[in-house]
Amino acid sequence: MKTIKTGNEAMAEAMRQINPDVVAAYPITPATEIVMIFSQFVADGLVDTEYIAVESEHSAMSACIGASAAGARVMTSTSSQGLALMYEMLYIAAGLRLPIVIAEVNRALSSPINIHGDHSDTMGARDSGWIQLFSENSQEAYDNIIQAVKIAETAKLPVMVTTDGFIISHCTEVIEMVSDDEVKKFVGAYKPARFLLDIKNPYTLGAIDLQDYYFEHKRQEAEAMRNAGKIILDVAADFDKKFGRKYEFFEKYKLDDAEIAVVCMGSASGTTKVVVDELRSKGIKAGLLKLRVFRPFPYNEIIKELSSVNALAVLDRSDTFSAYSGPLFTEITSSLYTSLNSKLLTLNYIYGLGGRDISTEQIKSVFDDLAKISQTKKVENLINYIGVRE
Amino acid sequence: MANLKELSKKEELFTGGHRLCSGCGAGIVARQVLIACEKPVVIANATGCLEVATTIFPYTAWKVPWFHSAFENAAATIAGIEAAYNALKKKGKITEEINFIAFGGDGGTYDIGLQALSGAMERGHRILYICYNNEAYMNTGIQRSSATPKGANTTTAPSGKRSTGKIQARKDLTAIMVAHNIPYVAQTTLSFHNDLIPKVQKALAVDGPSFMNILQPCRLGWGYPPEDTIRMGRLAADTCIWPIYEVENGLYKLNYKPKEKNPVTEWLKPQNRFKHLFSPGNEEIIKQLQEDVDKNWEKILSNCNT
Repeated sequence: MKTIKTGNEAMAEAMRQINPDVVAAYPITPATEIVMIFSQFVADGLVDTEYIAVESEHSAMSACIGASAAGARVMTSTSSQGLALMYEMLYIAAGLRLPIVIAEVNRALSSPINIHGDHSDTMGARDSGWIQLFSENSQEAYDNIIQAVKIAETAKLPVMVTTDGFIISHCTEVIEMVSDDEVKKFVGAYKPARFLLDIKNPYTLGAIDLQDYYFEHKRQEAEAMRNAGKIILDVAADFDKKFGRKYEFFEKYKLDDAEIAVVCMGSASGTTKVVVDELRSKGIKAGLLKLRVFRPFPYNEIIKELSSVNALAVLDRSDTFSAYSGPLFTEITSSLYTSLNSKLLTLNYIYGLGGRDISTEQIKSVFDDLAKISQTKKVENLINYIGVRE
Repeated sequence: MANLKELSKKEELFTGGHRLCSGCGAGIVARQVLIACEKPVVIANATGCLEVATTIFPYTAWKVPWFHSAFENAAATIAGIEAAYNALKKKGKITEEINFIAFGGDGGTYDIGLQALSGAMERGHRILYICYNNEAYMNTGIQRSSATPKGANTTTAPSGKRSTGKIQARKDLTAIMVAHNIPYVAQTTLSFHNDLIPKVQKALAVDGPSFMNILQPCRLGWGYPPEDTIRMGRLAADTCIWPIYEVENGLYKLNYKPKEKNPVTEWLKPQNRFKHLFSPGNEEIIKQLQEDVDKNWEKILSNCNT
C-alpha cells in the first residue's frame, strides 16, 4: 500500500504493526512524534502494548531492559541527549543480550545545544554492542524497523535503527507499507529461551561477573556481533522474498566500475546519488557506497567493493574530537590497511554538523577533489570540513 | 502478626552460602522479605552489597527470578518487569499472580536512584520498593550518603582535626515517599521480624506502589561486633532515632513505642563511627542530634495522632 509518511510516522507505523509488548519512552526532539503517535495508537486500542511514560531516557532504557529480561518484546525511541542519557544502559542491554529495538532519530549532541540532525549521538554509542542500521529515507526507516525486530531476536543483540533528524524525521515521502498481517507474520511471536517471568525455572540475570568469567562473556558478546552480519543478510533476504525490497550491508550505487567514489550514511546518500548521476552523464566514473549497517562493521565486504576505485572520500556527519578524523573514516581506512589495500587514496570530509545542509554542489566539489587526486596520486588534506565557515 | 513457628516451615528462598559479611543485616532483610512472600516473586536489585555478595557468577543465593542491571535504576527496572507482566497477562501468555520487589541500598535509593524511584511511584506500578538502609555507601567502603546521620564518620565525610564527621542531617526519604500519595509506605528495622514481615505482606497486597525503608545496621560501616546487628536495630527504635511506623493511604500509624525513650547516646556509643563525638568539645553535636531526634519523634507522634 502506497502512502505518504514522514520518517517519524513511518517508524511509528512500523511499531504499531509490530505491536510490541512494552514500550517505555521519554520525549525528545526530533523523535518526540514517534512516541506521541505511538501513545495515540495505545490510547485508541490499535495496539495492546504496555506504554510506560517514564521520567527520563535513563529510566526508559532501564524499563526496557527489565521488560525484555522479563520476556517481553520491547521497543523505544529516542534521539541525541536522550540516547546519551541511555549510554550506560545501552551497554547493559547488549551485555545481557536483550533484543531491544530503538527507533533513533539522529541529532547533534550538546554543547552548544542543537536540535538538528547529525550522527554524533549514534556514533557515540557505536561501541556499546548495539547493531546499528542507518536509513536513507522514510521507506528504509520503515523497512529497517520491521527487520530490526527479527535481527535482534535472532542475534540476541539490541538494534538501533536511525534516521536523520528533521531531514527524514519530519519530511513527508511516499512509502510502500506492508499490511498489518504480513508484518505480524514476518516478525512472528517472540519466544525467549529464558525469562524472568518463568517462575517455575527461576534464574539469576545480571550477576556480578569477576575476573574468572567476565572476559569469556564479553568475548561471546563480540562473537555475537560478528555472527550478526549473516543474520542481518538472512533477514534482509527473507524481507526481499516476501516484500520485494532488497537490503544488504550497503547499497552500491554505480560503484562497480567507479574510479572515484564516496562512502556515506543516511540522508546524504540521496543527495550524493544525484551528483553521481550528473557526473556519469558527463562520462565521469563516479560511484557511491551507501552504508546501511554500521555495526557490525562489514569491513571485508566494503573493501571488496572498492577494488576499482582510485580515490575515495569518506563523508562523516560527526566528528570524534580525536584530533584525527570522523568515525566512519577511521573504520574504512583501518579496513583498507588490514586488507593491504592501504594504497587506495582516501580522505575524510566532515559535513552537516548540527543539521547544516549539504548541497549537490558541495558533494560535486568532493568528486572534483577526488578526480584531481586520482590524477596527481596525492592527498593534500587528509581531513577536510565541508560547508563550515573557516 | 507473623507466627514464627509457621514461618520457619516455609522454604528458604534466600539461601546461605552467600558472601555477605558475618552479621550483615542486608541478608537478614532479604531473608525476612522472602519469607513474607506468599505469591511467586520477581526481584530487581540495585548495585550494592546485597547484589554483589549474593550473585558472584556462577553462583547465586536466590531461588527466585532475580535481576540486576545498574545502580540507580532498580525502580525503573522493576517497573519494566511489571509492565512486561501486565502485557503478557493481558495477551493470555501468563496466568500466575506474581509480585514484584526491588531492593536498593540507601545510596541507590536516597541519592542516585531517587529520580527513578519517584518516577516509578508516581506512575503507580504495582511494585514494592525496599530500601535496605545502612546509612552510607557500604559497598564502596563507607562513603556518606544522604541517609547518613549527622556526626557520623564516613570515608567521604571523615572526622578530623577540623571536622566532626557529616555536617548535615539525613534526608527524610520516608516522608518524600509519603508525599507521593502511594497506598503504602512503611519504616521499620530488621530487628522486629513480626513488624517487618506483616508490613511486606501488606505492601504486596495493595493495588499500586509501596515503599519500605528498612534500617539495616551494618557491622562494618557502623563499627560494632557482628553479633550485635539485631540489638543495634532495637537501639535505633528505642532511642527513637528510627521510628517504626506505617502510612496506609495517607494515614499514619505508630507500630512501636518504646516503653522508655532512651537518649541517643545509647545508640551512638556502641558504634565506632560516632566515637569522636564523645571527645571533649563535641558535646554540641550530640545535643543537636538529640534535638533533631526529639523533633522528628514529636512530628511522627503527631502524624500518628498518639
